[in-house]
Amino acid sequence: MIGSRNRHILTANMIITTTLYDQLSAQYAERETATAEPWLSRLRANAFASFTANGFPTTKNEEWRFTNVTPYLKEAYQLQPAAPANGGSAIDLSALDAYEVVINNGIPVELPVAKGLSIHSLKEAANSPIVQQYLGQSINLSQQGFAALNTALFTDGLLIEVDKNASIDKPLLITHHYNAAWPFFAQPRLLLIAQRSSKLSVIERYVVDGQAALFVNGVTECVVAENAQLDHYHIQATPTNFHLVNFTQVSQKADSLYNNHTYTLPGASLVRNNLHLDLQASNTESHLFGLYLAGGSQLVDNHTLVNHANPHCYSNELYKGVLADSARAVFNGKIMVQLDAQKTNAFQQNNNMLLSDKAVVDSKPQLEIFADDVKCSHGSTLGSFDENALFYLKARGIGEDSARNMLVKAFAFDVTQQMPIAAVRDCVEALITQKMESLYDRV
Amino acid sequence: MLSIKNLQAGIDGKQILKGINLEVNAGEVHAIMGPNGSGKSSLASVLAGRETYEVTGGEVIFDGKNLLDLSVEDRAREGLFLAFQYPIEIPGVSNINFLRTALNEIRAYRQEPPMDAKEFLRMTKEKQQLVEFDAKLVNRSLNEGFSGGEKKRNEIFQLAMLEPKLAILDETDSGLDIDALRIVSNGVNKLRSDKNAFVVITHYQRLLEYIVPDFVHVLYNGRIVKSGTKELALELEERGYDWIKEPAYSNS
Repeated sequence: MIGSRNRHILTANMIITTTLYDQLSAQYAERETATAEPWLSRLRANAFASFTANGFPTTKNEEWRFTNVTPYLKEAYQLQPAAPANGGSAIDLSALDAYEVVINNGIPVELPVAKGLSIHSLKEAANSPIVQQYLGQSINLSQQGFAALNTALFTDGLLIEVDKNASIDKPLLITHHYNAAWPFFAQPRLLLIAQRSSKLSVIERYVVDGQAALFVNGVTECVVAENAQLDHYHIQATPTNFHLVNFTQVSQKADSLYNNHTYTLPGASLVRNNLHLDLQASNTESHLFGLYLAGGSQLVDNHTLVNHANPHCYSNELYKGVLADSARAVFNGKIMVQLDAQKTNAFQQNNNMLLSDKAVVDSKPQLEIFADDVKCSHGSTLGSFDENALFYLKARGIGEDSARNMLVKAFAFDVTQQMPIAAVRDCVEALITQKMESLYDRV
Repeated sequence: MLSIKNLQAGIDGKQILKGINLEVNAGEVHAIMGPNGSGKSSLASVLAGRETYEVTGGEVIFDGKNLLDLSVEDRAREGLFLAFQYPIEIPGVSNINFLRTALNEIRAYRQEPPMDAKEFLRMTKEKQQLVEFDAKLVNRSLNEGFSGGEKKRNEIFQLAMLEPKLAILDETDSGLDIDALRIVSNGVNKLRSDKNAFVVITHYQRLLEYIVPDFVHVLYNGRIVKSGTKELALELEERGYDWIKEPAYSNS
């Protein structure tokens, strides 16, 4: 029985990958013949070879053990979208005063002008020295199939550079807007460089119009130079036709500060967030805050890696999740403390709240320490509603739904309060309320 | 206002309340005393609707409605308030937001519009002064890191804000020093009127020097075995509970 089922899945898998492979290979071959800088051709060739060596990851790959992407690749994805996008927003950030850039189906359409901040289409800037210096340089492509595929085939995206010593007065809001008439496989690419002693807040959000299935294989590379500060928000509350595999690679130089806030709210069928921090010099500080709320049959997977390669660095990670229905979540957080990384302070915590008997969490905190003078901790918890707290709230006249909502917000509070921009915090809190209400009805 | 007839309830098949009868009218303060394990706190929990208790018999009529048919939140919205013996700490829920939500849900139940922010603020300030509740605590997370006395005072502050018809104080005095006890009692005395009523559950006669009851009941082994006026509390203080236990056995 089991053997025949496996064979069946394998056959289906091959068909899917073949279809998508054909298209991706054709796209790659087409690229090859187009004129490109030699360095870029080489980078893409290496990346494509890395991808084809292993194909799309399967659950045999330890990093994908709990997340089988195969079923999500079944749609007849095209590499070109059909319709131009316009329309409403699922994430209302109208209260936010920001520089705004919109990326429509992977192509930037509006580029703001701001003092100290230069923003270009990555396609148009592909030949600039700074792109050559940083693009794809810090990602381990042989281990990261999706990121390798993106590197080989991304068509466009953004190059964002914050000038040396520039402190940007307003946050930069990047809207990833998707509206495709047919199933669309998109591969946007962002390269963000915060030069020495600069400061920027950047918010990435996703807006999806239309019903067609979307698979976004995105890569964002951030370089936080000496003494620079980057606050990075990644917020998505997309509908069920949305599938996201995102890879964020951060390289931190000496004395830099990087804060990441990753929010995955109920909706998208598949979300895999990869967040890799490479601490390339001493005295860096990093904060990773994540919140995932999932219902229905959603699968939300957060994979983080903090690589402490140098002494006197501090990293702190807090991820919290609330799961309803038959939602599944994966938290895989790895802290590496290399031999030279003495006086490291590295902390990690993952807390989960399950609202249903059918919800599943696979939490895998990992700590690998090779230095001998460090302070590190990690932990993982799993719980459900505190019945005593629920009773206390109800005994004051607060209804079941409001009481649950208050407790979820309270649970998420340690994470949400970390967002320094009030307009973003308010928006996310309102989204939590709105999205969770639909889940309580089914609890 | 409250009419309890032959109320029986227990947990996991173990009977704790074995037929309680009690009548409480508007304007009255009733004290319920009794030794540990007699069922005092169970009575409070059953009235508030705690789900761990199973009601096996009897009825409770609150302002003409069958209390036992109502959900926990609807009992509160009808005007029943339980001051918890052990108030819960809820980090991340602000005291003020909690009170605003509670107040507005109660108002919505009574088909009243939500209270506007200005009026709410005015009321908060007034009540907080009335019951001498530290303004700093109002904006903190609900009971988080509060001392025992601060938690009990927060219960009385909530009581003042929600203006219930019937308040049940479940051992609000236990663990309080004499100053905290005086403050809590003053708060209750200021809130007493001919329109509301109090059921004060206590282990110690001391509280009743500050909150003077109209009636004192002694609960023993799941039943009210003796009722009287405030003099009964003094007698209990002097003689203990042993003399009262005997009739309970002879009656049964």
